[in-house]
Amino acid sequence: MSEIQDYQSRLSDPASRKFGTFSYLPPMTPEDIRKQVEYIVSKGWNPGIEHTEPAHATSHYWYMWKLPLFGETDVDRILAECEACHKANPGHHVRLVGYDNFKQTKGAEMVIYRGAAV
Amino acid sequence: MGKTYQAGVKEYREAYWEPTYTPKDSDVLAVFKIVPQPGVPREEAAAAVAAESSTATWTTVWTDLLTDLYYYKGRAYAIEDVPGDDESFYAFIAYPMGLFEEGSIVNMFTSLVGNVFGFKAVRSLRLEDVRMPLWFVTTCDGPPHGIQVERDHLNKYGRPLLGCTIKPKLGLSAKNYGRAVYECLRGGLDFTKDDENVNSQPFMRWRDRFLFCQEAIQKAEAETGERKGHYLNVTAPNVEEMYKRAEFAKEIGSPIVMSDFLTMGWAAHSSLSRWCRDNGMLLHVHRAMHGVIDRNPKHGINFRVLTKILRLLGGDHLHSGTVVGKLEGDRAATLGWVDLMRERYVKADRDRGIFFDQDWGQMPGVMPVASGGIHVWHMPALVSIFGDDAVLQFGGGTLGHPWGNAAGAAANRVALEACVKARNEGRQLEREGKEILTQAAKSSPELKVAMETWKEIKFEFETVDKLDTVHR
Repeated sequence: MSEIQDYQSRLSDPASRKFGTFSYLPPMTPEDIRKQVEYIVSKGWNPGIEHTEPAHATSHYWYMWKLPLFGETDVDRILAECEACHKANPGHHVRLVGYDNFKQTKGAEMVIYRGAAV
Repeated sequence: MGKTYQAGVKEYREAYWEPTYTPKDSDVLAVFKIVPQPGVPREEAAAAVAAESSTATWTTVWTDLLTDLYYYKGRAYAIEDVPGDDESFYAFIAYPMGLFEEGSIVNMFTSLVGNVFGFKAVRSLRLEDVRMPLWFVTTCDGPPHGIQVERDHLNKYGRPLLGCTIKPKLGLSAKNYGRAVYECLRGGLDFTKDDENVNSQPFMRWRDRFLFCQEAIQKAEAETGERKGHYLNVTAPNVEEMYKRAEFAKEIGSPIVMSDFLTMGWAAHSSLSRWCRDNGMLLHVHRAMHGVIDRNPKHGINFRVLTKILRLLGGDHLHSGTVVGKLEGDRAATLGWVDLMRERYVKADRDRGIFFDQDWGQMPGVMPVASGGIHVWHMPALVSIFGDDAVLQFGGGTLGHPWGNAAGAAANRVALEACVKARNEGRQLEREGKEILTQAAKSSPELKVAMETWKEIKFEFETVDKLDTVHR
């Protein structure tokens, strides 16, 4: 490990683009996603799903999938909506959001399905 | 019925010691730790502090009778022992509404920590805590943006932010400095920071630094697709220069500037904060000189009071200390002022050094900044202690990576995200920190090298668990 390694990040390489929390970790497995949904539910936050073409990932507003799932605490139902959004928008980044209405912010936000880098 | 005038010197306790007084919600309450001169009774010393920090002068004057002195005076209303310290005692003093100018921290502290600190009747004096009544809170500007707005500006949610102070702190050319910034940001940090001593010296004038740093930010943003910032230090010798630098930072598109609120002065800092709100600029606040004021346990001002002062004056980030590796008392006290930065209502808790309930109303919170002497092995404890609403700053822990700043930044970002993910999954960060980091390092050679470079530290999970114990 003493050999110095070059840091692989290039303007010309779309794979260098990141997209927020957990984008420096390996892609999330179904089990990973389930645990994060459970976390959002356990905090009492409202789950939401957003998606975008990877080329437009830097904008604040991604497409909202339907409406946030207000009051939904059934983890399987939330996962089914994530899956439905992913199926309907192949190649898009899909992110899971936990809206914290008391703090008026997103308590959690993470990309759960990664689109192809462009 | 009017009183008659009698010239001469009276004992302070006749007028300023009032143990039957019930403090009002509108009172400013202060607790001082006092070491009286030998032979001065506690009540007299407490009354003297109340008097000298409010209406009194050393002798009676006839014009006292032209005002409602009974209303305006500060009152010492309680005295308590200091646990484990026989020479000191706590004195609680109430100051009525109207004694201090609305929205003026400058005015309030000119009284509270003014002449009284040089007063002969006390040997030493420390302001431990101040309860700001809600009417006063609402007359102060507060943070220019606050935690939620900062997250929205930067598009970063569900994790602490990551920063790094650029080193060496003095002597780099502006262009080389910008290089160090660029490498950190492309590696995954959210922010880099000017050192507090970096203003506009001959080796690097502010304008050159601002321009090179902004180019670094823009390239790192294009490369990573994430929003970045560099705290451009606009602390300057005078306010005209301060505004000039801040305006230029805005003109070139920087999202954040920085100030040293103690050395620059509260009025100047407050003006800068107001400018930041008007101009959509985040404000990072450093605290140089705080050690002069808050370090001596028997004299000065406790940092929790400086924290309240800053939240009222305005700032979006404030250095808080790192907790990790310090003493037990420091840990509890730090957690106390971290709450005072972020929460809407903080209850009195002597185990955290908080003497009064503090209601912040709707005033936004300040992000605590943990900076200094921390590296990847501290990450599990830091995430556990500070939670999401904090900036974790790794200076040497980024720049000292054997492969350079970008690799150091990536190592910290991977470690941070691994810890947040594990925490969300319900894992115990302090206990399982090593496994969490080791697992994350399997997909990050940068993290693996960082873990080999810096030694594993002992996680003090025991002391963290102790924090919720009731007061002895």
